[in-house]
Amino acid sequence: MTAPPDDCLARNEWICGAYLSTRRQILLDAVVQHLQLTFLSVLTGLLVALPLAVLARRRRWAAGPVLAVTTVLYTIPSLAMFSLLLPLYGLSATLVVAGLVLYSLTLLVRNILAGLRAVPEEIRQAALGLGYGPVRLLLAVELPLALPTAMAGLRIATVSAVSLVTVGAIVGFGGLGNLIYAGMNTYFKAQVLTASVLCVLIAVAADLLLLGVQRLITPWTRAARA
Amino acid sequence: MNTLAAAWEWLTDPAHWPGDDGIRHRLLQHLVLTVVCLLLSCLIALPVALVLGHLGRGGALAVNISNVGRAVPTFAVLVLLLLTPVGRWSEGPTVVALVLFAVPPLLTNAYVGMREVDRSVVQAARGMGMTGRQVLFHVELPLSFPLVLNGVRIAAVQLVATATIAALAGGGGLGRIITAGFNLASTPQVVAGALLVAGFALLVEGVFEAVERLAPVWARGGR
Repeated sequence: MTAPPDDCLARNEWICGAYLSTRRQILLDAVVQHLQLTFLSVLTGLLVALPLAVLARRRRWAAGPVLAVTTVLYTIPSLAMFSLLLPLYGLSATLVVAGLVLYSLTLLVRNILAGLRAVPEEIRQAALGLGYGPVRLLLAVELPLALPTAMAGLRIATVSAVSLVTVGAIVGFGGLGNLIYAGMNTYFKAQVLTASVLCVLIAVAADLLLLGVQRLITPWTRAARA
Repeated sequence: MNTLAAAWEWLTDPAHWPGDDGIRHRLLQHLVLTVVCLLLSCLIALPVALVLGHLGRGGALAVNISNVGRAVPTFAVLVLLLLTPVGRWSEGPTVVALVLFAVPPLLTNAYVGMREVDRSVVQAARGMGMTGRQVLFHVELPLSFPLVLNGVRIAAVQLVATATIAALAGGGGLGRIITAGFNLASTPQVVAGALLVAGFALLVEGVFEAVERLAPVWARGGR
């Protein structure tokens, strides 16, 4: 009988290089799933939130109900949200994405709407005077001016989504959350810590990336200050 | 509609209410956890926020802590705490994680509320000979009350949500009904648990709505 190896895995240490090298593929797969779930839900959330916000801006009667419904959705705890959607989507990745989309709606709708409302009336009038139709007014004037506020909402929604994906572990689609869940049941410290740190790193990286994108697509906000 | 009916049947079945795993016990656990952690978080966050707001310092720090808090997954922190010495006390990880995540929104909202108080009003109070303490308690605090209360409300709703996730990491509360439902592959139980949690969260929102309405006029920001 050979003696058990005396490495950090056997000693169950929090920080363990051997864990990183032996489980590289598992970690990589989890990160990819995490990124996919986050990206899909934020993108879908944006596609749903944008028309809702525009509708709430253009039609006064729509603002109240849209804001009320999205706020109520945000109040529902994430685990409960996944559970309530269970009969609709079953144990699938779609369930996690659907839950996260509903979450991001409050943040996105509120911020896009705030951005649209902050566009000065003179600017809208000037564009209308230049002969801009409602579509062109929206695309060429209102949306670009609403970008900084909308991007702030998008950043918060993305960072929140990265951290909420972990709860998807309850249905087996939680990206790095799966590793945390499994690590909890087997008392595997290195796995729990590594996956948790990776989650935070993804959130920070996503936030910085969006900040960079925001600076690139809104050069006038910097020119005005300089 | 079938699932909802089945969930309702599960919920109204008297056999599911008593006992340590029963709905009554889980509801009580959820309530106690939320209230205790809300009080603890307020005790930690509010004095700090009021002093910082009064002095006008540390604002960037308060906001940054709040933003970083969003990036850290609650579930990850719960499990990490569970594997540390805190985990030896049954509700330890839950309470520590809940307080840890409730402090930042409380801190930020109370700080911002304090800073939103009209500076000229503070100057006037000073000019009338009020001491710093008097300005804080008789001018700044009443005027910033609506925003401070809003922070408490955000923290409370977040606590209800976090207490649910705690069940994933072995904590008590209503989330236990959901996780048990998943383990039993019982969709009615999962949905029933979710309805209870969602109802609880909305109830907390409602309570704060009522508190805001009942607050004295000065505490409503003159609205």
